[in-house]
Amino acid sequence: MRYAMAIDTRKCVGCSDCVVACQTENNVPVGFCRDWVVEVVDGTYPNVSIELRTERCNHCDNSPCVRCCPTGASHIEDGGIVLVNPNKCIGCGACIQSCPYDARYSHPDGYVDKCTFCIHRVREGKNPACVSVCPTSCMHFGDLDDPNSKIVNVLKNRKFKSLAPEAGTKPQIFYLV
Amino acid sequence: MKEELFASGRNIPNIDPYLNIWHWQIPIYLFLGGLAAGILVFASVFYLMGKENKMPATVKKAPMLVPFILIIGLFMLFLDLKHKLWFWQLYTTIRLESPMGWGSWVLMIITPISIVWSFSYIREIFPKWNWKFKFLKTFEAWVIRNRKFIAWPMAIYAVILGIYTGILLSAFNARPLWNTSILGPLFLVSGMSTGAATIILMSKDHKERKIMGRIDILLIIIELFFIIHLFMGFLAGSEAQINAANLFLGGKFTAPFFTFVVILGLIFPAVLEIFELKGYKVPILIPAVLILLGGLIFRFLMVEAGQITRYLY
Repeated sequence: MRYAMAIDTRKCVGCSDCVVACQTENNVPVGFCRDWVVEVVDGTYPNVSIELRTERCNHCDNSPCVRCCPTGASHIEDGGIVLVNPNKCIGCGACIQSCPYDARYSHPDGYVDKCTFCIHRVREGKNPACVSVCPTSCMHFGDLDDPNSKIVNVLKNRKFKSLAPEAGTKPQIFYLV
Repeated sequence: MKEELFASGRNIPNIDPYLNIWHWQIPIYLFLGGLAAGILVFASVFYLMGKENKMPATVKKAPMLVPFILIIGLFMLFLDLKHKLWFWQLYTTIRLESPMGWGSWVLMIITPISIVWSFSYIREIFPKWNWKFKFLKTFEAWVIRNRKFIAWPMAIYAVILGIYTGILLSAFNARPLWNTSILGPLFLVSGMSTGAATIILMSKDHKERKIMGRIDILLIIIELFFIIHLFMGFLAGSEAQINAANLFLGGKFTAPFFTFVVILGLIFPAVLEIFELKGYKVPILIPAVLILLGGLIFRFLMVEAGQITRYLY
């Protein structure tokens, strides 16, 4: 089992619904977010192209945050989901430094917090909150090891990229271009 | 032209727009760790060479400071933690993959060793000192007999501590400025140089100061070479690393780095020390304090600049 996400940058309209859904679902404190939307503008008028991406923890295969955690609070759950155990986290900040995506933040209660792929929903067979609310259905969540899943199908038929692959983290969020 | 911005208005404290999760505590700790490592390396090496009585400040006096330096350093690390009451979790796990994990164990070993080492010399430095309990006297006698067996692990662990202060940063591949293996040796040499400067400050013996001065000049030359090497490596690297180097070669850290670290912290004190060896009268306070300040500022700049460097956005 290997959970991953494919996000269609051609369908995303940048409405930030995923951001709000995540904050509501996961009780993210005000002023913080586990996912966010980036707008990339390339070129000068009138030759401009725009790309909208919703970003979050990439649940990397070679996750530097898990490697550098001194207490084992950052760990990998079944399906490759990277999680933080708040009762083991000492708040040293090493994982925040090690993340090329700046996907982690220091929760006001002291421990480090991040996207969990809504593991509590996934275990019940539901999609993560961000995926389930997307009005354009531009996000696909699924198991890469299941040949019949939608995400495998989408990645087979479309060109895709991942973020900062040169950092060597093997990110598992794929952006369809 | 390419412009990337957060459409959802992300503004997380200490992360946006630039990562700044490690504040003043970490560079102070890195400085104190390097300083302690430097002093202990010299103390154990000169002890093992049998120079105990010829180099009293190196072997006996300066190590007295080390337990205090390490305890202040450990306290700085504690201050840095955001989930402070859970700090003991560091010592319920052994994770060799995590530099911070094994580094905290190294600190847990070297701090008691340094305390035992100073303990065995207290009565030589303060002749009126009286251990009130008999078991302390017995223990002291035992330690003095077995100093050789303490000096070896102390030398080894001190070197590991010195390198660790660099590896702590170099292990983060997400921060291109830190992600270079030269940082370990560079921080070790810089720490040894600050250690030598402290010993020079504490020594009253002219011969000892001369020996340490010579060693210090050599260390400064090696350090300058490592710094050149660091930037050469970056400039031959990927775009992220070239951008990281450019922060110091024309970017916003150029002036403080070259003024306070390279010129006032390394070259100028080295020149003063060379003049002193040639027989000119130079107040030893000036080069020694400049080296210490240079080492401290160097770590502040590296921690601050490293957090700015990144791959994305």
